[in-house]
Amino acid sequence: MTTPKTFNVTVRVWRQVGPGREGRFVEYPARGVNPDMSFLEMLDVLNDELAARGEEPIAFSHDCREGICGTCSLVINGKPHGPNHGVASCQTYMRSFRDGDRIVVEPFRARAFPVIKDLVTDRSAFDTIQQAGGFITARTGSAPEANAAPVPKHVADLAMDAAQCIGCGACVAACKNSSAMLFVASKVSHLGLLPQGQPERDSRVLAMVSTMDGLGFGGCTNQYECSAACPKLISHDFIARLNRDYTKAVFRSAFKPEPAGGGET
Amino acid sequence: MDLVRNLFGSTIGRKLLMAVTGVVLIVFVIGHLVGNLQVFEDPDRINGYSHFLQSLGPALWAARIFLLVCVALHIWAGTVLAIEARRARGAESYAVKKWIQATVASRYMRWTGYVVLAFILYHLAQFTVGVAQPGTFKANLPHYTMKGAYRVLGVEVVRAGTDVLDVRSMVILGFGNRLVAVFYIVAVGLLSLHLLHGADSLFQTLGWRNHRWARGLRVVVTVFCAAYFLGNLAIPGAALLGVLH
Repeated sequence: MTTPKTFNVTVRVWRQVGPGREGRFVEYPARGVNPDMSFLEMLDVLNDELAARGEEPIAFSHDCREGICGTCSLVINGKPHGPNHGVASCQTYMRSFRDGDRIVVEPFRARAFPVIKDLVTDRSAFDTIQQAGGFITARTGSAPEANAAPVPKHVADLAMDAAQCIGCGACVAACKNSSAMLFVASKVSHLGLLPQGQPERDSRVLAMVSTMDGLGFGGCTNQYECSAACPKLISHDFIARLNRDYTKAVFRSAFKPEPAGGGET
Repeated sequence: MDLVRNLFGSTIGRKLLMAVTGVVLIVFVIGHLVGNLQVFEDPDRINGYSHFLQSLGPALWAARIFLLVCVALHIWAGTVLAIEARRARGAESYAVKKWIQATVASRYMRWTGYVVLAFILYHLAQFTVGVAQPGTFKANLPHYTMKGAYRVLGVEVVRAGTDVLDVRSMVILGFGNRLVAVFYIVAVGLLSLHLLHGADSLFQTLGWRNHRWARGLRVVVTVFCAAYFLGNLAIPGAALLGVLH
């Protein structure tokens, strides 16, 4: 087995000491980079060097490092999660770069995702949207019979495509309007496509869209940068579905008959 | 009322307003172009057509007001969305910006929109109100006497011998100013670019788009925009080349 040839790159990283503080770019040489390292491992090695020198290591978010948790959030050379298609930052390997490259690393930029430190952003706005409608009503206690609610295969597949969203926020980071439409579309679709999600279908889409708007995300201008940057390759067809669902819900909720409300004070 | 609040107050609602008003305006510009292409036929055609439209009276005004409301809503929704989008981006922008797959037309919607607005204002000032280039305005030109009748769907709407405004001469003389003719060509080119994104994008906003027919839709929209541009290029182009006289 041959040892892969190592190489050197320069990493230009956004450094910001805390929320609301002024930040700036700092360049660090990364020497002896193994092409099979992940991008985050390269930063780990760089941080070891910084710590050894007594400097503050670069703060970045990470957790599972296998592309399923949605924690990593780097904009590498102008593209969320780096140059490759359908992978998260943690699945971006140094073999995607060449010796002598100058790599610009920035945090996700959006008013709704404020920078906490360096490359770490607060993406709890997504949790707020999820809490507004990303749930179903289910009977507690024993698990219901799995086959009690038949779901056609193609519907289940489509719902699973939407459910792949890991909530990383790359869609927001890639959009020039910082729109969260792809995220909301995924969440609305994965529940709204299934029979279990029907009771709250209208209230869900209305609540999630209104929460999304309230949190300061922008609107969608149908450029589809979101789906191109999505590490799970979620299609912007779900945004069309969200638009359709929202329109129906707006008209249905405006004209639905009201219950008599007997007994109310 | 929830319906009004959701339509005017939410991002998706405003996009819907943009799409619906966009559809109205697209239908209008197609009709407008088809009507105007009559300039290439006998002077009876375009002059009779124009006289017929003017004779509609209140119906003409209803159509004008409806179109102006659509334009106003389109601009209002676009402006609010653009302001919100800028705010959503936050204070710090990316040091490296890279487009992944956004079409060129989609990146310049605001700019093409501004030029189209300026064009609409000049177009109305020139051919409807007569403020710009008053010397060649229809009201200041000798009247034209219809040689034959003008018919719409076989119904005679303008009789032969009627004294009508000479719209055809106004168009040809108006485009005698080369700068104006070139401005028209540039403006309709940018309008076609605006429609290249808009006519495609509205299907996504209305929720009538998926990957299966997105490609077909793209082809239809591209052919439409190219045809629309060529049709619009024909009138000032022909005037510039001296084909229309």
